[in-house]
Amino acid sequence: MSEHELRVSKIRDGTVIDHVEGGQALNVLAILGIDGSEGLGVSVGMNVPSDRLGRKDLVKVEGRELSQSEVDVLSLIAPEATINIVREFEVVEKNRVTRPDRVAGVLSCPNRNCITNADEPVETRFEVVADGVRCDYCSTVLRSDIAEHIDV
Amino acid sequence: MRQDHLITATQLSRDDIEAVLDRAREVAADPEAYAGRHGGTMLALCFFEPSTRTRMSFDAAAKRLGIDTIDMGDVDSSSVSKGESLADTVRVIEGYADSIVLRHPSEGAATLAAEFVDVPVINAGDGAGQHPSQTLLDLHTIRENHGLDDLTVGIMGDLKYGRTVHSLATALTNFDARQHFISPESLRLPRSVRFDLHETGAQIREHEDLEGVLPELDVLYVTRIQKERFPDENEYHRVAGQYRIDADTLEAAPDDLTVMHPLPRVDEIAADVDDTDHARYFEQAHNGIPVRMALLDTLLENAEAAEGMEVDR
Repeated sequence: MSEHELRVSKIRDGTVIDHVEGGQALNVLAILGIDGSEGLGVSVGMNVPSDRLGRKDLVKVEGRELSQSEVDVLSLIAPEATINIVREFEVVEKNRVTRPDRVAGVLSCPNRNCITNADEPVETRFEVVADGVRCDYCSTVLRSDIAEHIDV
Repeated sequence: MRQDHLITATQLSRDDIEAVLDRAREVAADPEAYAGRHGGTMLALCFFEPSTRTRMSFDAAAKRLGIDTIDMGDVDSSSVSKGESLADTVRVIEGYADSIVLRHPSEGAATLAAEFVDVPVINAGDGAGQHPSQTLLDLHTIRENHGLDDLTVGIMGDLKYGRTVHSLATALTNFDARQHFISPESLRLPRSVRFDLHETGAQIREHEDLEGVLPELDVLYVTRIQKERFPDENEYHRVAGQYRIDADTLEAAPDDLTVMHPLPRVDEIAADVDDTDHARYFEQAHNGIPVRMALLDTLLENAEAAEGMEVDR
C-alpha cells in the first residue's frame, strides 16, 4: 500500500501502531491516554485496506514511545498489531504484540466494590483469560468492555 | 492441604477438602485429643462487617484448640473509622497474632490482606465474593449425610450476591455432583462464578422454580433473598415469596433430602420444616466447630512447617 493511499505522513520520532483491527484506533489512543490535549502529533487511519486484515486501523504518535505495560493492554484489543518505534524517520524496532499472562496497573476493576477501588496501596492486576481479563482480587471478568476500563 | 491461607474455594483441590474434612471427623469423634494443641498462640478476629455465628464459631474453635483470640471489635470503634487502609490494619495485627480471620465488605479484601502479611489469613467473607470456611462446613454436612459423590444438589435463593453459594458451587466441582441453581432471573449466578464452573466442565442447570427439580435432589441449599437487592419493595415481596419452602413444599421431595441453610434465615424456610427429617441447618451450624478446628489446626501446622524449613536453611 502506498504512502499516498494512507494519507498520513512519516513521523520523525515516535511510535507507529499498525495492523490494529478496524474500528479500534480510538481505543488505542485511549490506552495511550491521548486525547489531543497533550499536544502530541497524532495521525489516525481508520478502515484502510489491508492484505492481512481486510480493513485495518493505524495510529502514528509523534514524540512518544510505548511502555511495556501499554503494549500489554494493547494486545488485548489489538492482538494482530505491530509496534514500530521510529527514531530520525527510521524504524529502529518492529515488534508484534504478545498476550501477557497478566496485566498490572493499567486497567481499573469495573466492580465498584472490589478492594482495588478502595484507597489501598495496591495496583490492579488482571489475569489474561481466553476471551478477556479477570481481576486477581475479586474475580470479575471483563470481556468486550476492556477499553472502557483503561486507567493509564 | 499445603496452603498458607484460605482465601477462595477455587484454591481447594479434592485432596485439600478431604484432608480437612477427615480431620474434622477426627476432631468431632475425639475433641479431647485436640484440646490445647495450639496453646500459646493467638488468633485475631477482624470483622469489618457484623457477624454473629462466624465470629463466635471461629472464637470457640480457636479456644478449643488452646488458641487465645483477640477481637478487633466493631469497625466504628477501631482505627478503620479514622480512614486506615486494610493493608495497614493487617500489617499491624500481624505483629499481635499468629493467624488472622478476616471478614470485609469489599470483594478481594482477603486476597489483598494475604499479600501484606506472612501469618495465615482465613477469608470469613469478602463482600459478595467468597466464604470458603463456610463451604468446608457445608461439605462436611453433606458428606456426613450423603457422601460427596453421585450427588444432586439444588442451590436456591440469592445466587448473585450469596458468597456462600459462590464458594460452595465452585468447591462442588471437585466431586461427582450435578448442580441445579434455582433463582429469580435477576439473582442468577454472576459471570465470575460461571467462569469457574465453565472452566471445570461442571454439570449445571438453572431454573426459575423449585418444583420441577425437587424430586431429583439429595441436598437443597437455601439462601436468603435480601430486601436491599431490590429497588422496589413490592417486587421483593413478590419474588421472595416464590423461593420460600415449608413442610408442604417438601412433600414432593425424596425422603432422604437434606435441607441446608448457612443461617441466619428470616422466613425462607418455615419453622414447620424444623420438625421434619429433612432439616439439617442447625447440625450444619454446629459443624462449624470441628471443621474450623480442623482448618485452624491445618493452617497453623503448615505455617509451623514453613517456619521450620526457613530455620533449617
